[in-house]
Amino acid sequence: MGTGTGIGRVRGLGSARHGGLHWWHQRLTAAGNLILVLWFVISLFRLPLHDFPTILQWMSSPFVAVGLVLMTVSVFWHLKIGLQVFIEDYVHDDALRVAALMALNFYAVGGGALAIFSILKIALLGVKG
Amino acid sequence: MSRNAARPLSPHLSIWRWGPHMLVSILHRATGTANAIGGGVLFIWWLVAAASGPAAYDTFYRAATSWFGYLVAIGLTWTFFQHMFSGVRHFVLDTGAGYELKTNRTWATATIIGSLAVTLLIWGAVYARSMH
Repeated sequence: MGTGTGIGRVRGLGSARHGGLHWWHQRLTAAGNLILVLWFVISLFRLPLHDFPTILQWMSSPFVAVGLVLMTVSVFWHLKIGLQVFIEDYVHDDALRVAALMALNFYAVGGGALAIFSILKIALLGVKG
Repeated sequence: MSRNAARPLSPHLSIWRWGPHMLVSILHRATGTANAIGGGVLFIWWLVAAASGPAAYDTFYRAATSWFGYLVAIGLTWTFFQHMFSGVRHFVLDTGAGYELKTNRTWATATIIGSLAVTLLIWGAVYARSMH
């Protein structure tokens, strides 16, 4: 593991191992977000109303439901990687950083699960008005 | 990590003359965080409310269409497009292009102008539509 200097510790942990994986996932989900969130913003803009019946009707379409599920995966994955870098750069206290990273993972996975379940419930079962 | 305190560190923010590329770099992190937390939480609230029924959706809808709701929506429109344009710029930088001083400055400035212009266009159109 080197001589204990900074460079000695990171030597060999570069892209030849899995150091590049976050970088690649960040770009992959960035490209996914570019397509899916733009579609989402344009769709919301094009909807005549945003009341309960209109939104339910809109989400009952397979293309919309699948688009929203894919967007949720891409967005929450992207924000998990992005906020992780943010926390690692700015939270210097070890205990606080571990707690923040844990909270971030709970938020990304829990929030993504809530969103996807809600989309599927509306698309598959509908909601009684 | 062991570090010899006598060795110099690279100069940080305070020592450089400010330029648009520095502002855009900071904005990329700030808008990303705003989208991740603000946009993420509101997206979840919106979907869970819709899946829960008309009463829950009504609570969301009234908050979203209040003056504060519009303020947040306009803010998130700008943070999204700033992060998006800045992200596209990063894709170009990833290829190794766009690091020449003048080019770098031009495209950094373009992301700010672009995000403000698109936000203004969208909400101008929303406002115009509401007048009919």
